[in-house]
Amino acid sequence: MAVNLKKLAGQGSPLAPGHRLCSGCAAPTVAKQALLAAGKPAVVVQPTGCLEISSVVFPYSAWRTPYYHNAFENAAAVASGIEAALKARRRRGDLPADLDVAIITIGGDGGTYDIGFQALSGALERGHRILHICYDNGAYMNTGIQRSGATPFGAWTTTSHVGQALKGKPERRKDLTAIVAGHNPAYVAQASPHNFRDFMRKVKKAVDADGPSFINVIAPCWRGWRFPEEETIEVARLAVDTCYWPLLEVQDGKWTLNYVPRKKKPLADWLRKQGRFSHFFEPGNEWMLEHLQAEVDRQWEELLTRAGVER
Amino acid sequence: MPRIVGLTGDGAAAEAMRQIDPDVVAAYPITPQTEIVERFAEFVAEGLVNTEFVAVESEHSALSACCGAAAAGARAITCTSSQGLALMHEILYIAAGNRLPMVLTNVNRTLSAPLNIHCDHSDSMGSRDSGWIQLYCENVQEVYDTVIQAVRIAEHPEVNLPVMLNLDGFVISHSMQPVELMDDAAVKEFVGPFRPVVDLLDFQNPIALGALVAPEFQFEHKYAQWRAMDSARGVIGEVGREFGEGTGRHYGLLDPYRLDDAAVVVVVMGSAAGTSRAVVDELRSSGVRAGLLRVRAFRPFPADEITAALEGREAVAVLDRAGTQGGEGGPLFTEVRAALYTRGVSLPVLGYIYGLGGRDVPPASLRRVFEHVRRAAATGKVDRAVNYLDLRGWK
Amino acid sequence: MTRIAPPPRGLPAWQEIPLGGIVAGPGNSHEYLTGSWRTRRPIHDPGKCTSCMICWLFCPDSAILVEEERVVGIDTGHCKGCGICARECPIEGAMVMAEGGSY
Ligand code: SF4
Ligand code: SF4
Repeated sequence: MAVNLKKLAGQGSPLAPGHRLCSGCAAPTVAKQALLAAGKPAVVVQPTGCLEISSVVFPYSAWRTPYYHNAFENAAAVASGIEAALKARRRRGDLPADLDVAIITIGGDGGTYDIGFQALSGALERGHRILHICYDNGAYMNTGIQRSGATPFGAWTTTSHVGQALKGKPERRKDLTAIVAGHNPAYVAQASPHNFRDFMRKVKKAVDADGPSFINVIAPCWRGWRFPEEETIEVARLAVDTCYWPLLEVQDGKWTLNYVPRKKKPLADWLRKQGRFSHFFEPGNEWMLEHLQAEVDRQWEELLTRAGVER
Repeated sequence: MPRIVGLTGDGAAAEAMRQIDPDVVAAYPITPQTEIVERFAEFVAEGLVNTEFVAVESEHSALSACCGAAAAGARAITCTSSQGLALMHEILYIAAGNRLPMVLTNVNRTLSAPLNIHCDHSDSMGSRDSGWIQLYCENVQEVYDTVIQAVRIAEHPEVNLPVMLNLDGFVISHSMQPVELMDDAAVKEFVGPFRPVVDLLDFQNPIALGALVAPEFQFEHKYAQWRAMDSARGVIGEVGREFGEGTGRHYGLLDPYRLDDAAVVVVVMGSAAGTSRAVVDELRSSGVRAGLLRVRAFRPFPADEITAALEGREAVAVLDRAGTQGGEGGPLFTEVRAALYTRGVSLPVLGYIYGLGGRDVPPASLRRVFEHVRRAAATGKVDRAVNYLDLRGWK
Repeated sequence: MTRIAPPPRGLPAWQEIPLGGIVAGPGNSHEYLTGSWRTRRPIHDPGKCTSCMICWLFCPDSAILVEEERVVGIDTGHCKGCGICARECPIEGAMVMAEGGSY
């Protein structure tokens, strides 16, 4: 899918201004790129989260598409019901038999990795034709930067402080993309908003797939990650260039790496930009950087093997 | 032509669902509701319904999927029991607050702990303020009839609220009774096509549902919802009457039995009304002016109607199949008493908590309740407001 | 289909609340202004701009004004001044940030 920005800009943004997200937030950009790429009528379902509470504040909605927020942990279940309604109503002749609708759930890592996981897993297993997009900002940002299953090792959050006894989050993050791939849905991908061509191509593929699909998108949060707000896109780019956030696709059990940097940047380049990792660079904590770098290296190597990339 | 068949309460609910042929059924099995899900899945497998059956991974997702379906313009039905209803608790409020009409058949079972699969009303009473209309059925026939009526009540333009109908676990859900079934076509005609107000699949008129609401709007939102619940009072009667015209079986908010000249009255919900009827007959034949008031609609609470039915009696006992831990007596008792007090009706009212966790309520026990009511009638006094029927060690 | 009441203005009475609190005004958040959040402001130079639309795509607040496939300025009622547009703009000087929120 070729992305013609001029043409898209002419159509206007699917997400109106006047939402109340922090300035410089990545989440609306992820949503906007996704809806621009869908290319068909879309219904958006959101679990509770930053994007949700900021975009539909009564009596206003920033969404130019039908939108439903129900609760925090159930976006995928709600979407399952919408998909079932679509099928039933088409069959009944109440809606055109060929009406093709993209049912897209857009959740943060809380609504995806953690509290929303059961509903997501159930929906994936049942095979509903829905796309779940996770805007992964690596913590519960809506409630004020608390650790989540997506928070990387060592990161400071307001429930994984840096003190004498503990140095940020002691545990590693879950590899949700791989866990979702383990459900064998129609399409799985990982993407980043800085590489919009890649992301938008993936969204199109996902909404046209004949079954459930999932895209995990890195969504830097400058408030939680502690970096200057204008660097949101730059920080996403660096996450990819350091191989912390590989751009990949999984289809029919086949893993594809969409981007292999000619020269992998050291993870420190990405970490140093973010205040949540500042203690990594304090004397005595060198092991933390080494530990996380080793983890990223191991996962990257595994991916190269999985994707059959020549080294 | 209507036909009479033997069905369990669960079987009757499933049969009504087949005839309604809803767009979406999303449900998760739990004892003693399981037979409804199994039966309905059979109808799906045999191609007897057009329904999209969503075999979800939890009750939370069952109700969530029904919300999604209803918001997308589909007629949705689910069913559950006990822990399942408790797991749905969060979403019950949302379905009602979003004003999504749908039907939930709840097979009453006690809530853990202790773990017990048998009947009491603690599950549905825990949801009594969630914004769902609540109807309680006495027998298998009423279950069948009420599932069909519930669709109409929920979707009534003045209501637009979800309906929970309750049947006593095992006592009704698993007892085989003769049921008169309507023709498939008659059910179709009675429920009519679904005309959704909320429709996420209307791309000409995109809506956003589930907005964040600030304190300056919340109260007005909730009040609008309460008013819809108030409207349901009339609609339940209207639908029950129309149903009666077609079937000869009339339904309303209340179901009085030998009440006209009754001096001593028992107020009860659910299957225990059946035994109560027998005891009333027995007492009547020995000259006692006994009567029964069965409450069918607990939400909306028919306060005026109950007061009118009880005014002028000598004494009343209200039977609750659930307690209120830390409150004074069961939920039906407290609300009946409050209704009478508010309307200036003063008469002795005894509260009884009975039948928890499936404890049987034999006629002998109900006879003792009536004896107690007669004593209160004679003295004009309530010796003890809260009583526990057949509780060992309670004196 | 029954129509749902349009979004109310001001402080509505309960009768004016649309059924279920539905917002039947897609994109009407446009009426809510966020420009006062700004402490820095982007300055667009149409002379240098190539209208590549990178800023339009990355602006979190849909605040880059486009007319006939050209960037024509900033929606000052909504731009929150994050600076992403200037940071990601590939053309030197086409979009730059200036201190202070007001134009
Ligand atoms: S990114 Fe720069 S060059 Fe491109 S459209 Fe925006 S201002 Fe013009
Ligand atoms: S400063 Fe931020 S909000 Fe303002 S136009 Fe640029 S990207 Fe958009």
